Amino acid sequence: MASHLFCGRVNLNILREAARKDLREFLDKCSGSKAIVWDEYLTGPFGLIAQYSLLKEHEVEKMFTLKGGRIPSAAVKNIVFFVRPRLELMDIIAENVASEDKLHPRDFHILFVPRRSLLCEQRLKEKGVLNSFTNIDEYILDLIPYDGDLLSMESESSFRECYLESDQTSLYHAAKGLMTLQALYGTIPQIFGKGECARHVANMMLRMKREFAGSHTQILPVFDTLLLLDRNVDLLTPLATQLTYEGLIDEIFSITNGYVKLPPEKFAQKKQGEGGKDLPTEPKKLQLNSAEELYAEIRDKNFNAVGAALSKKAKVISAAFEERHNAKTVGEIKQFVSQLPHMQAARSSLANHTSIAELIKDITTSEDFFDSLTVEQEFMTGVDTDKVSTYIEDCVAQKDPLIKILRLVCMQSVCNNGLKQKVLDFYKREILQTYGYKHILTLKNLEKVGLLKPQSTMRNNYPTIRKTLKLWMEDTNEQNPNDISYVYSGYAPLSVRLTQVLARPGWRSIEEVLKMLPGPHFEERQQVPTGLHKKRNKPVILVKSA
Amino acid sequence: MWPTKDKTELLGPLRKIELYEMGWNLKDGLRECLVAAAPYGGPIALLKGHYRRSPSARPQLEIYSSSGLPLASFPWKSGVVKQLGWTVSDDLLCVQEDGTVLVYDLWGGFKRHFSMGNEVSQSQVLETKIFHSPYGTGVAILTGALRFTLATNIDDIKLRRLPEVPGLQEAPSCWAVLTQDRQSKVLVANGSQLFILDNTACTPVTPPGLSPQASSIVHMCVSFSYKYLALLTDSGHVWMGTSNLKEKLSEVDTKIKTPPKQMAWCRRPKSQQPSAVVMWDGLLIVVGECKETIQYHLDDDSVLVPELDGVRIISGTHHELLQEVPGACEEIFKIASMAPGALLLEAHKEYEAASFGKCFLSNFPPEQFVSMCRDLRVLNAVRDYTVGIPLTHTQFKQMTVQVLIDRLVYRKLYPLAIEVCRYLKTPEYQGVSRVLKHWACYKVQQKEESDEVIAKAVSVKLADAAGISYSEIATKAYESGRTELAIKLLEFEPRSGEQVPLLLKMKKSPLALSKAIESGDTDLVYTVVMYLKNELNRGDFFMMLRNQPVALSLYKQFCKHQEQDTLKDLFNQDDDHEELGNFYVKASYKDQRLEARVALLQSAVDEYYKAKNDFSAKTTEDEMRLLRFQRKLEEEKDEQLVGFSLQDTMTTLLSVGLHKHAEQLYKDFRVPDKRFWWLKLKALAEKEDWEELEKFGKTKKSPIGYLPFVEVCIKHHNKYEAKKYVSKVTPEQKVKAHLAVGDMEGAAEAAIERRNESEISTVLSRCSATTDHLLMERLNRAKATAVKK
Repeated sequence: MASHLFCGRVNLNILREAARKDLREFLDKCSGSKAIVWDEYLTGPFGLIAQYSLLKEHEVEKMFTLKGGRIPSAAVKNIVFFVRPRLELMDIIAENVASEDKLHPRDFHILFVPRRSLLCEQRLKEKGVLNSFTNIDEYILDLIPYDGDLLSMESESSFRECYLESDQTSLYHAAKGLMTLQALYGTIPQIFGKGECARHVANMMLRMKREFAGSHTQILPVFDTLLLLDRNVDLLTPLATQLTYEGLIDEIFSITNGYVKLPPEKFAQKKQGEGGKDLPTEPKKLQLNSAEELYAEIRDKNFNAVGAALSKKAKVISAAFEERHNAKTVGEIKQFVSQLPHMQAARSSLANHTSIAELIKDITTSEDFFDSLTVEQEFMTGVDTDKVSTYIEDCVAQKDPLIKILRLVCMQSVCNNGLKQKVLDFYKREILQTYGYKHILTLKNLEKVGLLKPQSTMRNNYPTIRKTLKLWMEDTNEQNPNDISYVYSGYAPLSVRLTQVLARPGWRSIEEVLKMLPGPHFEERQQVPTGLHKKRNKPVILVKSA
Repeated sequence: MWPTKDKTELLGPLRKIELYEMGWNLKDGLRECLVAAAPYGGPIALLKGHYRRSPSARPQLEIYSSSGLPLASFPWKSGVVKQLGWTVSDDLLCVQEDGTVLVYDLWGGFKRHFSMGNEVSQSQVLETKIFHSPYGTGVAILTGALRFTLATNIDDIKLRRLPEVPGLQEAPSCWAVLTQDRQSKVLVANGSQLFILDNTACTPVTPPGLSPQASSIVHMCVSFSYKYLALLTDSGHVWMGTSNLKEKLSEVDTKIKTPPKQMAWCRRPKSQQPSAVVMWDGLLIVVGECKETIQYHLDDDSVLVPELDGVRIISGTHHELLQEVPGACEEIFKIASMAPGALLLEAHKEYEAASFGKCFLSNFPPEQFVSMCRDLRVLNAVRDYTVGIPLTHTQFKQMTVQVLIDRLVYRKLYPLAIEVCRYLKTPEYQGVSRVLKHWACYKVQQKEESDEVIAKAVSVKLADAAGISYSEIATKAYESGRTELAIKLLEFEPRSGEQVPLLLKMKKSPLALSKAIESGDTDLVYTVVMYLKNELNRGDFFMMLRNQPVALSLYKQFCKHQEQDTLKDLFNQDDDHEELGNFYVKASYKDQRLEARVALLQSAVDEYYKAKNDFSAKTTEDEMRLLRFQRKLEEEKDEQLVGFSLQDTMTTLLSVGLHKHAEQLYKDFRVPDKRFWWLKLKALAEKEDWEELEKFGKTKKSPIGYLPFVEVCIKHHNKYEAKKYVSKVTPEQKVKAHLAVGDMEGAAEAAIERRNESEISTVLSRCSATTDHLLMERLNRAKATAVKK
């Protein structure tokens, strides 16, 4: 079920199991048959915790999407709303409840994810439906175990909320999530951080720690260090085009909640005698995580090394199938047959990834991709970042997708520590004239969060940061990497470098650079109950970026 | 086991232990008193002079501990009380004739009252019973209309009126409340008929093997666990069986035909022997499995208090416990017993060391022994006369340490409670901290001490205790009218979230707001903000937000989704012209009518100028200009344009041949040459207007070079036209241009001429081995020299 969560150095399945237990308990609280009405946004994150089968075991017979009007009829005893605490959703729920068939009333329940909200309950009260609910509960889902070495809040808008709207709700959830994590995996003795938001999260954690004093059970700490980083400390990395296999799948097809939707043509089942059949029109949906052996092997490889890995795998698999000719005795045949399901799974996995790799290759070998990458790399190495880029100009003239333009312009701005007013205004005018004046607000928002900015009188310190942290490596080995810069074929992500330096030799060696990056940097130590100090082992660092 | 062992009497299989000589001094004993004693050695309530109904002499309500120490005493001023009873948490319930139930605490303090419904108050209470179940304390009432009304849990009152009992003309001879199948039911006897009443039906039942001489059931009682039932008939027989009436355990003739005063079960959990106690004036009869009964004379009016493992008998002077002799004790005290326990007792007498024999047991785990010793010590402490909670070990285990501590706290025996917690090593969070919190709650209500003294005392005592909820203590202080003390105490609360509701209640809203912000819980901030919004006038509200940027930005978010107009007011208040401009821009996109849009944009322009943001102002002016232009052209040329970007407008104009208009926009809006060239190039190619394209290419030197011309033509599958531009391409792009039109020779030529290795390689990679054999040789040679260089 969740084998991908076992493979990392920390067993994250404990977290998943805890989350599943809470879910089961809530479902059982609403005894009898039930229908779940979903806030659609939540279905993805929930998929990482529980499949439909779990819900079914607890008498969930129907699922609906939350929308206005009356809830479709279903012969169930309970209607359970799974929603985020948002006012606009409360209005819809109120409408649902008000238009319920009075002759066959069903019991209503609300499960707020990740937290109950007084504000929302107040709204339900104003709408006169608060008393219609038998259970109002919260389902704390802050850090979701995403893969063996990754927890995610699956909160795509938190950067926007924190930096654009000054709404730090997601930071509160992050702090709460880290507290849950510590309740399951022990107190984390060291906390490091960089940035305003990181500071805020750490402060909340320390405060919560005081609040819960005495109520925690004692667990041997699993994590040695927690590193909190603000996103705005490293704006460059997300702007650059990812070049690992997984990264490119995400760039091109976008991975949501661990799933990717792919064009169906490449995945048509080729069965003999069905040559002329219609091609499937539904996109092919694939789950991507380390439970799949092959994917675990190639996901983090530079795409240029994926081809070789795939063909090596192909040889291994066909050799394994050839084994059947060597199987002579009944015992040997039996053994071969017992391995067959595993081999067949491997073969279909190989077929899938070969198809995906082909789709990606079509794009990465295009001239356009190459040109765009060249410009990105020029920016990252500091070439001509203070001038208008002809390439960007051409792309605007071609009316390439706006997101591509914005990414490049922002990248140039970040790598130049702001653009000259003239250059900035030129880009802005180009974008507004080409993509519409409505984007004046888009551009203002980018400026507000610092992705785009006019050059200040301060000198451009990006080159210093680049040199000190070795953000650009000339001789990157894509096939057998010995440095993280392989992931962007030259660029080493700033946040990774900060983590590496922290591990060895420590941040003291880069004080100067830390001062150039936004926000305070800090270190906190948390008391670990005596007797629970870990013996010196390989440290486990938990990195959390806000 | 008992401190008062000397006063133990053995009565066959039962023993009677004197618990206390009562500390009270009752002139008339329990005569003419309404009495209620709480189980688990709980308090005793007496309503004296209750039967004298004269207006001059008010009845007196008195509350005592089990040892008869006075806890409270006050004249009863309310209505006629039908019944007294205790809740599971030691609160006193007084059920009045009109169905009102008054709740008092152990100290005689009035807590609240509730009604058992209109029906009850109209037809009055005839009889009532207070019962305990897993759902809490319940009240059952038989009304003057001979109907039963029931509330299973007085803390969450849901009144149930039970169905009618057929043929009931007068009060039933007896009845009792049962808890079965997670439901409270009433068992009613009407003469010899027996009925079970539940929510929906009244079902006649027959106890198996009930002696046929009986013409009426005159008394009944249910065991503590609701598992067993005893019925007393007018023929003097006691029938004992299971309460589901499936099994008869025994039947005994008491030979007394007068109705008794009280009847109760007296058995230990898991005991095999059924025994019940029936009490008449001055006489107590114990009936069991055999035909013989045990009789016992009572000197005084007494009350039976059923317990989990026996019956307590309270009289005007004494308090006794009647219970089955435990197996272990029987072993010990049997004459000439050689059981290990008996030997140990002998050893104890000799050496005065109870744990002496333990040394001879090598593999005996000591935990059990240690924990039993601890339990016994705690029990001895609470049985003490001054505390007066006569618990047996069985009761203690059933009730749990937690509850015992609660009871000690309720009796304000804080030091003892803390001692017990420490001694039993209860986790601090559930133990000492909790007791201290209760102590503090009590402390803050002491009016004679000053705020400072109390706050100091509380903080000193509670300083090291983990998990203390100061807000609860502060709430108590506030409730007793000490707001200042409450605020002082709240300062100690580590959970800022907990502070907020109380601060709001105390109208300390600025403090509440900053505490909410401190907690980081945005929902809490919103809650306070919404509260303030309703409480304050708009000006004050805005002022308060202004001083709290976190709250202000959250409120702005709220307004953005919920109250656009307020958002505008907020920006206005702050003279935030930039945001106002943005606000109008956004509004302009929501309006469909062009005039309105332009007007909104004009407002935006004004604001942007005020904000000294010339770029935004000029851009917005451009936008208005474009809109007007589009509108005009739409009217003139019937071409849909409004809403298009400038670029798309020009594209459309070119594609329909309105070149002049496109040119005009190009000039008016100062479109860069490069982009306009691209635009025109693509538009003309799209229309396949090759002639116009050629003309355009010659108007002046192309700012984008000529490679785009080649590529665009190829894209539209016109190699012929494409070739026209190859010669004009700059040397750097020559190879690319030749390749684009498929001219391998030309590409090779250009590459070799430029001696550029990578270009040569590019051409090579495009050559096919079969057709371009010679070319490849040349290229390879050139490459070799280029590399050498």
